[in-house]
Amino acid sequence: MPPVLQVRDLQVSYYTDSGRARALDGVTLELNPGEKLGLVGESGSGKSTMALAMMRMIKPPGRIEGGQVIVGDTDLMALSEEGMRKSRLSKIAYIPQGAMNSLNPVLRIGAQMIDAIRAHNPSESRAGAQERCLSALESVDLKRGVYKMYAHELSGGMKQRVCIAISILMRPQVIIADEPTSALDVVTQRQVMETLDHIQHQLGCAIILIGHDMGLMAQFVDKVAVMYAGRLMELSSVREMFTDPKHPYAQALIRSLPSLENKGVFQGIPGLAPSLLRLPSGCAFNPRCTFVMDVCKSTVPAFLPLPPSERRVACHLYTTGDAEAMSVSTRAATPTEKV
Amino acid sequence: MAPLLELKNVTKTYSRGLINRTSNTALSNISLTIDEAEPTIMTVAGESGSGKTTLAMLLLGFTTPTSGTIFYKGKDISTLHGEKRMSFRREVQAVFQDPFAVFNPFYTVDHLLSVPIKKFKLAKTKAQARDKMDEALTAVGLRPDDILGRFPHQLSGGQRQRINVARALVLKPRLLIADEPVSMVDASLRANILETLRSLQRDHGVTIIYITHDLTTAYHISKSIIVLYRGGVMEAGDVDKVIKTPQHPYTRLLIDSIPWPDLSRRWGETELKAKEPEGGEKTTGCRFAPRCPYVMEQCKTPPPLFQLNRTQTASCFLYGANPELEPERLSELLPV
Repeated sequence: MPPVLQVRDLQVSYYTDSGRARALDGVTLELNPGEKLGLVGESGSGKSTMALAMMRMIKPPGRIEGGQVIVGDTDLMALSEEGMRKSRLSKIAYIPQGAMNSLNPVLRIGAQMIDAIRAHNPSESRAGAQERCLSALESVDLKRGVYKMYAHELSGGMKQRVCIAISILMRPQVIIADEPTSALDVVTQRQVMETLDHIQHQLGCAIILIGHDMGLMAQFVDKVAVMYAGRLMELSSVREMFTDPKHPYAQALIRSLPSLENKGVFQGIPGLAPSLLRLPSGCAFNPRCTFVMDVCKSTVPAFLPLPPSERRVACHLYTTGDAEAMSVSTRAATPTEKV
Repeated sequence: MAPLLELKNVTKTYSRGLINRTSNTALSNISLTIDEAEPTIMTVAGESGSGKTTLAMLLLGFTTPTSGTIFYKGKDISTLHGEKRMSFRREVQAVFQDPFAVFNPFYTVDHLLSVPIKKFKLAKTKAQARDKMDEALTAVGLRPDDILGRFPHQLSGGQRQRINVARALVLKPRLLIADEPVSMVDASLRANILETLRSLQRDHGVTIIYITHDLTTAYHISKSIIVLYRGGVMEAGDVDKVIKTPQHPYTRLLIDSIPWPDLSRRWGETELKAKEPEGGEKTTGCRFAPRCPYVMEQCKTPPPLFQLNRTQTASCFLYGANPELEPERLSELLPV
């Protein structure tokens, strides 16, 4: 099956008064239909920039400086502004962070949903559009009555589900959900995630879930991509990530998770995330890494596959060590476990 | 010795409307004693709307209870004046959820630390004030030279939240109320802040009330836990017992809904009856009954607290065979 989403070498920079911040630096990933990918990282690592870049919604002083985002067989970066507007929601949908606060308080839910349909399909009959809205509401487990309600009449979880309903109106192939449950409590969070799961099965679309809660990732996604300072550090299946993380940053992330066994043991990741304006040379993680080597301070590690699995890691520990070895010719370098 | 802070049958209702008066009970009949002698960490857990922030506001004296009384060292806090009130204000401190909102962007962070020192006249000279600030910042694991003189936007969320803890620490409080202190910081920084809170309790003898909806961190940091739902205590006791062997159906639902970072522990062991009842404000019986999978005829009357064992109690008729516990005696069950 061909991948439904291909992101190739995506580059985004923000131009600020104090210099250029490379928020995304050559991000490459693929997603198959029906796959759920989790994108994790600390705040400022570029997760939300990634989502916005895929939607082509980066605003100045930010700029998309290169790369491709291919959904199905369309390169979104090559589309005209009008073509991109049509593609949003019908090819790729985005549920922004705190989406539930983005509903218009003075319009009924129904009017806001019809709005979305009209923007794509002005000729659709009112009755047809309404029927589509109602079935979207039903598929996110809301009553039809919600169509006639206002945002303030709904709870946080219900508002979040309305936003999911809007995102599926035009049956997109990819849905990006940016921390959809960060303000909700655990029970509501579980309902919203189960709704997303159910939608994904119904539409067969791919989902990118952005967040920093590894627990949520363990429960929901198939693959996890770990992001740090605008680059992908590791991309693995969720099982590999939790049982055998490869990148030192991913290892620290997994180790810092609380569990019921080791009560009272807190393991943070020492050090602070680097400023994107002043990235350390070489691997961005090198000042916080416990396995740091000389090569880490001079050369940026490439994001290479780690045979025999399909996972990819950007770390010098898994190349043969010297800078030349990272060139394309030795991509199949054997993983050397130095733990 | 008199307890530091004591809540006696405290109820808080918010009402609105002049003619069609509607009221909403945020907290009903809560009794709680916080002892000064043995510093502990107690968690108050619950979902949004459970009344946990109302409880924090009451403990801090920001709002007054509708009925019931709050005592500070044996004196009703609504009658405190002058010196007594100042000492209450100093000894009961808070750390709030949002580390971004509490700073004034026009001042350096020194301001946040120096204002309480001035207000409470803790230092005679500038050098002494500076020493106090240094000491507090060091205690929360920050380097004073890196922090003082900087503006809030130059610091990370984790650093700011630790400065908030340092601010509370400058005043040498007896009780710290931490309302969701880590919910807005990254997972990797959470550990640092929780560790800071714990060392505060251990090394500085501060009792901490940790208010959260995150039961995983609650389990790791606290000794005892009180689970609230719509203003009532559902379950309380030793945190190990409550988290590992939850008894009340609501606590079980909560714990089953935690997204454990563990592939062998999946969601969905408890059937989720998630739908909030439509307009279900007016329940006379158990508050959780409309969502409870085990609902019985009895549940139309409000269940009292039943004592399950030495350190655990639940407000549910499923445990009706156990001895009843008067709400006033709740604190006796909580280990310190």
